[in-house]
Amino acid sequence: MKSLRKYLDKIKPNFQPGGKFQKFRSTFDAFETFLFVPNHVTKKGSHIRDYIDLKRTMSIVVMALMPALLFGMWNVGYQHYLSVGQTVTFLEQFWFGFIAVFPIVVVAYVSGLSVEFIFAQIRGHEVNEGFLVSGMLIPLIMPVDTPLWMIAVATIFAVIFGKEVFGGTGMNIFNPALLARAFVFFAYPAKITGDFIWIEGLSDKSSKIVDGFSGATPLSQAANYAVDKIPSDLTLFLGNIPGSIGETSKLAILIGAAILLLSGIGNWRIMLTTVLGGLFMSLIFNLVGANPYMQISPITQLLMGGFLFGAVFMATDPVTAAQTNTGKYIYGFLVGVIAIMVRVFNPAYPEGMMLSILLMNAFAPLIDHYVVEANIKRRLKRISPIQK
Amino acid sequence: MSTASEKEPWFSKQNLKLLTNPLNWENPITVQVLGICSALAVTVQIKPAIVMALSVTVVTAFANLIISSLRNTIPARIRIIVQLVVIAALVIVVDQLLKAYVYDVSKKLSVFVGLIITNCILMGRLEAYAMANKPWKSFLDGIGNGLGYGLILVTVAFIRELTGSGKFFGMKIIPQSFYDMGYADNGLMILPPMALITIGVIIWIHRSRNKALIEK
Repeated sequence: MKSLRKYLDKIKPNFQPGGKFQKFRSTFDAFETFLFVPNHVTKKGSHIRDYIDLKRTMSIVVMALMPALLFGMWNVGYQHYLSVGQTVTFLEQFWFGFIAVFPIVVVAYVSGLSVEFIFAQIRGHEVNEGFLVSGMLIPLIMPVDTPLWMIAVATIFAVIFGKEVFGGTGMNIFNPALLARAFVFFAYPAKITGDFIWIEGLSDKSSKIVDGFSGATPLSQAANYAVDKIPSDLTLFLGNIPGSIGETSKLAILIGAAILLLSGIGNWRIMLTTVLGGLFMSLIFNLVGANPYMQISPITQLLMGGFLFGAVFMATDPVTAAQTNTGKYIYGFLVGVIAIMVRVFNPAYPEGMMLSILLMNAFAPLIDHYVVEANIKRRLKRISPIQK
Repeated sequence: MSTASEKEPWFSKQNLKLLTNPLNWENPITVQVLGICSALAVTVQIKPAIVMALSVTVVTAFANLIISSLRNTIPARIRIIVQLVVIAALVIVVDQLLKAYVYDVSKKLSVFVGLIITNCILMGRLEAYAMANKPWKSFLDGIGNGLGYGLILVTVAFIRELTGSGKFFGMKIIPQSFYDMGYADNGLMILPPMALITIGVIIWIHRSRNKALIEK
């Protein structure tokens, strides 16, 4: 560690203004702050500095995603060997999933970070750590069968048009990871819908599939009104079901949620109200009960698909969510309500969570605006009698 | 005054600028941001885009010519109505011609030929240029703006047709072996949002190369 620090200090002058590689200052800066705690010192006025900077925030979110990632890797292997009818050891299942999932993670990080680095170079600002989380979220919300080049194209698109166009980390309107998924969803619909893409090797016609194995996700079974085929709530909760890589195990997601809440990084208001919104809407559908999808119990609704993953990791994104506390309640509640509505009303979009979060991302500033306006009005009312 | 302009050659430097400026510095789409609606709608393939661009060019040029000839006799209060009548008449002529000679393209363009009447480029050029300049200059200005519109239209259509359906002028140019290797056409490029983003990228590149265009 010492020698690394020494080496960095030795080459640092080259990257300072006037040095040989001063053009690559931001690249150097990014690596230095990634490896070591930045030694920025407050220069003017008095500020209270906290140890919790952007890098640490992002690292904790990535840590919170680890259970979902590890479980996802195992589940990919488990589902694959289930589909071909082999019984293998736990380690073999995990290793198979690791081989399938790891390249996706690498591709998402490499393509996204290259765009970030290029833009930082051109604009001459530091590389922000914001992509650390997006790069981990993107693989977790993709089906395992998505071709790697598609992941790369989607990530590049999402980073350029979701983030850099607006000015980089902290300026974006839409969640970049969800934008990447939406891009694949609309650009290559054949690769992200249907029953064959959720399990590695199932779309390959030559592979031997066990008779009667469908590979359908609970959501697509619900959309086809095959409600009796949806696995039990416990299976949905534990997550050995087909689905996007990181979203299947609600247990792993709840562990992540606990990490986020205990460290104070995730926002409990949004998580809570999103779940309440989902429960509320599915209860209303229960009362209407016009088709089998509407009759699914609220708990099952919440456990199916990426609802919880979205509620914990996507809706709570501090940049794209509403900023005011009251706004967060409204925002979260509507995310939950709309997600269930999209699912039930439009079977062509099985996962309503993605669309509902993106939609509410667009509305978050509006919600904040009216919350702030209402607050001003309320306080003005309080002050007016004295003025008169 | 009149003698001075008579001496000016038909294709003087100033007049040529009327043709070339709209291609770059005063592009109707990327700089004036006019005519966006049709640019989003007809740019899925190159062929309809070219036909649309030609139609707009013809209509703009002749509307400019006619209005410019009439400019001293049009009462200022009803000038918009007069302009609209002229544009509408020209659009009907173009529409009928398209239906007669390129029926399939006319079908594809559907309502957008009729909507040339409300295309902002036309009204903009008539109000801003033809009402105050001589017929020949106005005619050139109309052609220039039509071509500037067409340039962006064809560029966007080229990108969208290539990435959206792997074709160029309706011919498959991405070889089958690519598809066998796992390449897939980008379905999003066929949808209008990507046209907007593509135009946005063109504006982005255009402005980053011409710093003078960046608003403060």
